[in-house]
Amino acid sequence: MADDPITRLLGSARKLEIMQPWPRLEVDRSTWMAIGQHLGGGAGDLLSLWAEAGFVHLALRAAGLDHPCVLSLTIEHNAFPSVGQFHPPAIRLERAIQDLYGFIAEGAADTRPWLDHGAWGISAPLGRQTPAARRDPADYKFLPVKGSGLHQIPVGPIHAGIIEPGHFRFSVNGEIVARLEQRLGYVHKGIDGLLAGCDIDQGARVAARISGDSTVAYSFAYACAAEAALGIEVPPRARLLRGIMAELERVANHLGDIGAICNDASFVLAHAHCGILREQILASCDRAFGHRLMMDRVLPGGVATDLSRKAAADIVATLDGVAPRFAKIVSLYDETPSLQDRTCTTGIVDRSLAARWAAGGYVGRASGRNFDTRRDLPYPPYDGASLEIPVFERGDVDARVWVRIKEVEASIKLLKKWLAELPEGPVRIPLPPQSAPREGIALVEAFRGDVLIWMRIEGGKVMRAHARDASWFQWPLLEFAINGNIVADFPLCNKSFNCSYSGHDL
Amino acid sequence: MRTLLLQSLFTRPVTVDAPSPEEIALVELGNALKEQAQRLFGRSITIREVDAGSCNACELEIHALSNAVYDIERFGIKFAASPRHADVLLVTGPVTKNMKIALERAYAATPAPKWIVAVGDCACGCGVFSQSYATLGSVQSALPVDLQIRGCPPRPIDLLRGLLALMEQAVDPKPAT
Repeated sequence: MADDPITRLLGSARKLEIMQPWPRLEVDRSTWMAIGQHLGGGAGDLLSLWAEAGFVHLALRAAGLDHPCVLSLTIEHNAFPSVGQFHPPAIRLERAIQDLYGFIAEGAADTRPWLDHGAWGISAPLGRQTPAARRDPADYKFLPVKGSGLHQIPVGPIHAGIIEPGHFRFSVNGEIVARLEQRLGYVHKGIDGLLAGCDIDQGARVAARISGDSTVAYSFAYACAAEAALGIEVPPRARLLRGIMAELERVANHLGDIGAICNDASFVLAHAHCGILREQILASCDRAFGHRLMMDRVLPGGVATDLSRKAAADIVATLDGVAPRFAKIVSLYDETPSLQDRTCTTGIVDRSLAARWAAGGYVGRASGRNFDTRRDLPYPPYDGASLEIPVFERGDVDARVWVRIKEVEASIKLLKKWLAELPEGPVRIPLPPQSAPREGIALVEAFRGDVLIWMRIEGGKVMRAHARDASWFQWPLLEFAINGNIVADFPLCNKSFNCSYSGHDL
Repeated sequence: MRTLLLQSLFTRPVTVDAPSPEEIALVELGNALKEQAQRLFGRSITIREVDAGSCNACELEIHALSNAVYDIERFGIKFAASPRHADVLLVTGPVTKNMKIALERAYAATPAPKWIVAVGDCACGCGVFSQSYATLGSVQSALPVDLQIRGCPPRPIDLLRGLLALMEQAVDPKPAT
């Protein structure tokens, strides 16, 4: 075991025997603060921060720990010490806790509401639920920007394209962006609240709709967390079918993104071709699993639909058709100087920031962060699979495109391997009855990065659940990436991140 | 690039056939639409899409309408960036309370006469997010809805069918046979 400060600090913490597969440790205020400081010093990755009645929980990963772990602190006087004061990636999560539970992060520099726009009619909807007067949504203090010749461009919540809503406040000097500040929360649907109290299958339907483009990944994470809590393992065929769906989702989304990024650089040809390829993958998913996005197909206990031999062959044929045509688009991307002129050196995310925010997916891997849940915290069917994880260093739009290109190629290879070795057998097992409270947690690699689901189950019901999208740690980096770039390059930078609004706003 | 363009010249189109008239669900259309549709729409409609709290799955499928396979513009239907250019607001999601004002403003900015199409189960009031402190529960609870296209999410072909129903009304107020 490595001698890192977080591991040393947690050596004496009391382990609560309720959660699987990671340990959950009870910590006191001073340990909590010290952990926050060490996270700020770069000793570990923050995986999530959330609350429930009486407690605040922090999930982290450190080099010296065998597993990631969850630390729990008792709330005192409706407050807990801020982690964000030491480690900025926690700031927005703390603001969300304040909005949903009414718990104060003591010492936090930014205490503005985040998800609560003053429209719910109540404050602390998951806490004390006190009636609250409605506020004007425009009543929000953006950070001041000082200097001569600056003006502001407000964008959103409704954007020009067919995309999700959110507000971007640009402060610009001529064409150059001096600061971008995001304001999110417009699509807050109260997912954490909806998950509490529903039975496990009902909860799976909600989890599948946290972010529609990652429906397989969320269902996968939800299922893994539920199965960890119930102490069951799914049959081998179901494991592989989950992996197949997850990789198909990755390929489809990456194809869509690569095309859309080119489109934002006015290179419509690549967009048109990628659109056709994406469509072919989705149509094949529809024929194989009965849903184009494979929504509600991964369930606790296994998968909802088996894959016929004919459908498996159909997927292979589709992939065989897509691969050579994708290769042509890739060389087109690589050999078109006018397009490269837009994507190279645009929207650079510094590797130190990617590491500090523990940015997952292509955002992290384009900036030298060599992490992929499938390889580094493997779960079935990725345990034992040899995976090619592309990592680039430049951190620009181009690097984020290349991570996607390489991942499409790797996923197609993996899919063909799995489809060839699919074992026979059942695809779902019944969930065992469980009366005592149990908790499960899972981290799953969605196409845009790792998503986390934690839940407590009691008597067949989900008592409390928490979902953390990869976007929580990517959105803030977009604010950095656009600095010093021209306004016209924002769509390009934004699309190269393709963060989720719904997954973030919850 | 030249090779790719040249090849595309000689490949058959990937575009799907238009849904046949009997497939087009005219019954779903409200009466208000029938009266004025032909005169106002002529043969084209412009749509402003508004996400009022969807999970983004509906947006993905609405997006697909513009790809070469569905090619919605061949029917005279196009998407606009501003509600001021729109005849139709295509609204998805259960209408989160945080999006209510923005949605109402988009509606106010759309020149009359205008139509509201609710897309997806959430927008139609039967989605998983309807019973929450943070949502209104359906588009109908915020704006007068003229057409509902259900599905979670609706397939592009279902969206096409619904929107073509709107167009059919525009060209021929009688139900097609």
